[in-house]
Amino acid sequence: MNALMRFFSAIRTSLLWPMVRKEFIQLRRDPGTLGMILGIPAMQLLLFGFAVRTEVRHLATVVLDESRTPESRLLIETIVQTQNFDLVGHVTDRAAIEHAINGGEVRAALIIPPDFSRQLKRGEPGSAQIIVDAANPLASSAAISGAALVATILPSRLGVGPSATGPPLDLRVRPWYNPSGESTTFVIPGLVAVMLMMTFVVIMAGAIVREREVGTLEQLVVTPISKWALLLGKVVPFVIIAYLQMTNVLLLGWLVFGVPVRGSILLLYALAGVFILAVLGIGLMISTFAKSQAAAQQLAIGLIMPSILLSGFLFPREAMPAVAQWIGNLLPITYFLEIVRGILLKGTGMNELWRPTLLLLAFAVVTLAIAVRRFAKTVE
Amino acid sequence: MTAPAPAPDVAVRTTKLRKVFGELVAVDHLDLEILRGEVFGVLGPNGSGKTTTIRMLCGLMRPTSGDATVVGCDIRTESERLRTRIGYMSQRFGLYGDLTVRENCSFYASLYGLAPDERKTRIDELLGDLELSARSNDRASTLSGGLKQRVALACAIAHRPPLLFLDEPTAGVDPAARRQFWKIIYDLAAKGTTIVVTTHYMDEAAKLKRLAFLSRGHLIAVGTPEMVTAQFGLPTIEDVFVELQRRDEAAA
Ligand SMILES: Nc1ncnc2c1ncn2[C@@H]1O[C@H](COP(=O)(O)OP(=O)(O)OP(=O)(O)O)[C@@H](O)[C@H]1O
Ligand SMILES: [Mg+2]
Repeated sequence: MNALMRFFSAIRTSLLWPMVRKEFIQLRRDPGTLGMILGIPAMQLLLFGFAVRTEVRHLATVVLDESRTPESRLLIETIVQTQNFDLVGHVTDRAAIEHAINGGEVRAALIIPPDFSRQLKRGEPGSAQIIVDAANPLASSAAISGAALVATILPSRLGVGPSATGPPLDLRVRPWYNPSGESTTFVIPGLVAVMLMMTFVVIMAGAIVREREVGTLEQLVVTPISKWALLLGKVVPFVIIAYLQMTNVLLLGWLVFGVPVRGSILLLYALAGVFILAVLGIGLMISTFAKSQAAAQQLAIGLIMPSILLSGFLFPREAMPAVAQWIGNLLPITYFLEIVRGILLKGTGMNELWRPTLLLLAFAVVTLAIAVRRFAKTVE
Repeated sequence: MTAPAPAPDVAVRTTKLRKVFGELVAVDHLDLEILRGEVFGVLGPNGSGKTTTIRMLCGLMRPTSGDATVVGCDIRTESERLRTRIGYMSQRFGLYGDLTVRENCSFYASLYGLAPDERKTRIDELLGDLELSARSNDRASTLSGGLKQRVALACAIAHRPPLLFLDEPTAGVDPAARRQFWKIIYDLAAKGTTIVVTTHYMDEAAKLKRLAFLSRGHLIAVGTPEMVTAQFGLPTIEDVFVELQRRDEAAA
């Protein structure tokens, strides 16, 4: 309550604004930092985007052909011709597929059931299945687009038309590990979260320590500025910059890679604010703990690594060992991934997202409170 | 135990002020009285505890023990009220190099609570008085040492504090700029500002009204320059300084 009152009095008394203004002037004069904040995510996005496009080709693939008919061989041939799949061998049972994918040398498997050609001859859709190692979402998107290609090419080659019950070929892609695996767009919403996390934890972590090291903090804390105003003055400009960065990534993702916006973009921006505060809170907390800029960077990076690896950004959390899942639960980015993917890809609304939102809010409040509590207007 | 309420003519009073960093006693048993309106010097070799003393008096460091009252504020319990009544120039240049002279002044003036219209008048006045007007739109980092110190002074006195702490304000400043700086200091003193200043220049020290000599955290001598030289039986302040340093080295 007390803290809340001081929070508002910091905003009301003008001492917050000189601080914000000063931070903005400094940012404007430091094109390097601003360029990094806005440029690097754009670069990462394009890199990932291209990775998606090049990954689309040449997934190492094994085939389990239980049909062994001209039709099944034509299917195999067509699949290889898409160049999304490289045939690396034949197997004789499903256990071998599992083994090959788990071993990591194979990314996908084509399973053609015994009655594949009989189905076609009866005028039913011929059903086959592609299993893809979805630990890498890029691989599963490659498989999906490859399969779609085959489904359009193959029927005319086989000389079959649409069946009574639907398209002549029922080629299902089943991602392993990642049942909700989406298409190429899966990565980019996650990238919004990762970029915010990476940039702003590092920047905020340096905020106070840098002034301490350069010697400007001593002159600053000898003034009557309240520590609330001082710390909030550091945070507010970066909330705005963070929104700019996010907009940048989203726009690129939408324009260049066709990331959909299925839910409410307003809701996304509102909830992103909570995540941004949590991220800045973590950075600020580090900044009040760290003795030097170098130490602050170390701490920040120490937090970023698990945020990338354990949050579900690249690898589905369901497949992780319990400890990793548990650590993932402690990372705010885990919850924001849920939010940003939910809103963009599935059109999820607040009904489903209140829980991750509340958790993020708790992160923001706790980290900012710790930072304010730990910070003292001294130079001990 | 609280320090007795200082007489109205006392700006700073310390009682048994002490600061310890781990094993090192940086300031020990310091009893000091600085009067209103005087220009008071704090002298002593490197590491003798000058900066530490000033930082405690500004509320920037908590004393390990002892008390001090500074312009009527207890440094332990009233450090925020204290901050509105003092100006402080740190030993190391502490302004923002990437802000212009005017932006720095404006930033500090607003932190010290000057309203926007008042702020502008005050800054114009300061820049004029300190002969900084011509450089007001230059970034602080591009200024010479002497000019930097003048800008730092401008920021420290924007709110017209009755008490001003200057920690080696003329270090690394050329003789002409030093002379100019001291003229400003004495002008401020003439208008009633109490000034506590540290320096390693003995010619500056000799002109001070009163001074204190610190050595290894202890107060060795306090009084007018004449009293101090007489106490040591040495001809000049510089001789006293060298003698103290010699004792330091002998003790180390
Ligand atoms: N934050 C600190 N932590 C540990 N030791 C410190 C700290 N600040 C000062 N000291 C030590 O306390 C002693 C007194 O330092 P102080 O800076 O007060 O001396 P000084 O008289 O200002 O010296 P100088 O003339 O070099 O500025 C020195 O030995 C210094 O190393
Ligand atoms: Mg010093």
